[in-house]
Amino acid sequence: MTVPAELTRRELFMKIGIVLNGIVGVILAAPILRYLLSPIARDSSKSDDSWVGLGGIEQFPSGETRLATYRNPVVTTSDGQTADIACWVRNIDGKSFQVFAVNCAHLGCPVRWFPHSGLFMCPCHGGAYYQDGSRASGPPERGLFQYDYKIEGGQLFIKAGQLPTPGEPSQASNLVREIRPCV
Amino acid sequence: MRLIASIAKWLDARLQLGSSIRETAQHAVPRETASWSYVFGSAAFVVFLLQIVTGILLALIYVPSAGEAWSSLQALNHNVPLGWYIRALHGWGSNFMVAIVLIHMVQVFLFGAYKYPRELTWIVGVFLLLVTLGMAFTGQVLRFDQDAYWGLGIGASIASRVPILGPSIVHLMLGGPIIAGATLSRFFALHVFVVPGLLIAFVVVHLLMVVKLGINEWPMPGRLVRKATYVKDYHELTKKDGLPFVPGAIWKDLFFAAFVLFAIGACAYYFGPFGPSGPPDPTIIQTAPRPDFFFLWLYAVLSFLPPSMETPVLLIGPVLVILALLLLPFIFGEGEKSWRRRPIAVLTILLVAVSLTAFTQLGEHTPWSPEMDAWSGIPIPKNFLDDRTALERQGALIFQIKQCHNCHSLGDEGGKRGPALDSVAVRLTQDQLIRQVIQGGGNMPAYGKNLSPAETTALVAFLETLHPRGQRPAQDASRSVVLEENTAQGASKPR
Repeated sequence: MTVPAELTRRELFMKIGIVLNGIVGVILAAPILRYLLSPIARDSSKSDDSWVGLGGIEQFPSGETRLATYRNPVVTTSDGQTADIACWVRNIDGKSFQVFAVNCAHLGCPVRWFPHSGLFMCPCHGGAYYQDGSRASGPPERGLFQYDYKIEGGQLFIKAGQLPTPGEPSQASNLVREIRPCV
Repeated sequence: MRLIASIAKWLDARLQLGSSIRETAQHAVPRETASWSYVFGSAAFVVFLLQIVTGILLALIYVPSAGEAWSSLQALNHNVPLGWYIRALHGWGSNFMVAIVLIHMVQVFLFGAYKYPRELTWIVGVFLLLVTLGMAFTGQVLRFDQDAYWGLGIGASIASRVPILGPSIVHLMLGGPIIAGATLSRFFALHVFVVPGLLIAFVVVHLLMVVKLGINEWPMPGRLVRKATYVKDYHELTKKDGLPFVPGAIWKDLFFAAFVLFAIGACAYYFGPFGPSGPPDPTIIQTAPRPDFFFLWLYAVLSFLPPSMETPVLLIGPVLVILALLLLPFIFGEGEKSWRRRPIAVLTILLVAVSLTAFTQLGEHTPWSPEMDAWSGIPIPKNFLDDRTALERQGALIFQIKQCHNCHSLGDEGGKRGPALDSVAVRLTQDQLIRQVIQGGGNMPAYGKNLSPAETTALVAFLETLHPRGQRPAQDASRSVVLEENTAQGASKPR
């Protein structure tokens, strides 16, 4: 009779031991998860986007589209050159602007501006966009991503800080409708 | 000798491993499996060992920081003695490993080795394939150059398409809102700790099952797998016509492993390391990023999918393929093993192989991409300009300056995005040419806003000269009737 009783007690201790480890595991899992998910947590506070200056508007002549670069508003010491981001600035008529991300709306490759044909072309899968950023041809489902901009004291500012991707809901409002000129 | 023997004895008295190792090494395998067809699994394992060694060697110099990774690769290539060779071995080892894993998988599939009782061996093998591809992709990111940077952008763009969770997945993948220092650090952790850890764990389970369940016997047409009798039959076979794995079968594995290692060493020596291409500076946009060889087919597929199909295919396609691979041994767990009696299996392999080869080939040439410098770098061949009028030559100039050449070739030079225009005048009448140029259509942008009427006239005049000698350009029949009527009335003359 004593043998099974002893076994039961040890089994009980073993089970308690497992439960204790489980509890400690859960307690430790919380900070680990919080640490792992920190890139998303930062997202919810919406602190990624902020106004960054692209320089004086005189750098962007009326009727032309020029490449501008800025340093990402959130930088760490190990970022190196990767925090330098490029964008296309279109000065429509001297007063209103459009600032496009260089990232193709298809899969993010850098689009290049061809002033003579008035097209942005992507080297990866052949996406093309008109000068106003609307989709011209190729695989993209939409026009180029646009940054919000403002002009203060003769300086052009854009609201930037995130890699624009096709699935980003905050970019949806910037959808440029496809415009086809009629003859 | 006696000293070595006594040391071995001393060790084995404490480790107690000798007998189980001897037992494993000498376990009987069916005689026909001592074949050159059965060497790929062990070769993949040997290449993996090479990857571990060369990977550790590279980690002695490599700096996993977005600001310094690229220059540390340059140092490996140029400053560290034979650093270039270790990089080349690791890069070629990666390509060989993916290739050998794929060949191994095809062999296992065609020989029916995934059937009862080796279903789990196959499933772990599928995970091993995924993990191997994961190593290839994360390794490509660690070669932190332009291709790696924009390749991450492509990865982020694909991940962002997941409904609802997309943006969060992108942020988790990049470790922040942009591709930067945190991104490289986490891909380093994945490539060096997480994925290899999984790989080692899966390899151990995979090998354990190969030893415990026995290697798949040579498939004989008509010898069907039945769950009730298979294990008994297999043991009888190995008892009746088996031979010890060591040395009966292993010598072929050893020969092939040596050959593969030599081939990797030779490729590394002759072809050198992969990249790095330009520095990972996102402000340098004069780049055409391209993935490594084993992802080129995917890169090609992405350019051919219609826009509306892209997200569903990208998100659902891989799930279906992986599910099909995982369910395969459960759906076809019994029956015929021999590929001679499984025509659909053979056709499936052929179809997949032909498709992947074709897409990879296309990915090498990227005919869908505009040739970005054709307008300024590739002149119009002389024979397209001889005996042309001033207006037509003006049109040729506009053809260049409006970047038409980036997408359309003349004399096989220039972009392949749009159709070649060598004989476009045979296909399209003057009116159709004007309409196509101004309104675009198909895959062509509309140029109406960027061509003045004079430019359009000149361009179309040039395009109308593009027809083979002795073949008349296309003409609108009704138009010539109208023009003839006009001539008859003396109103105007046809051109």
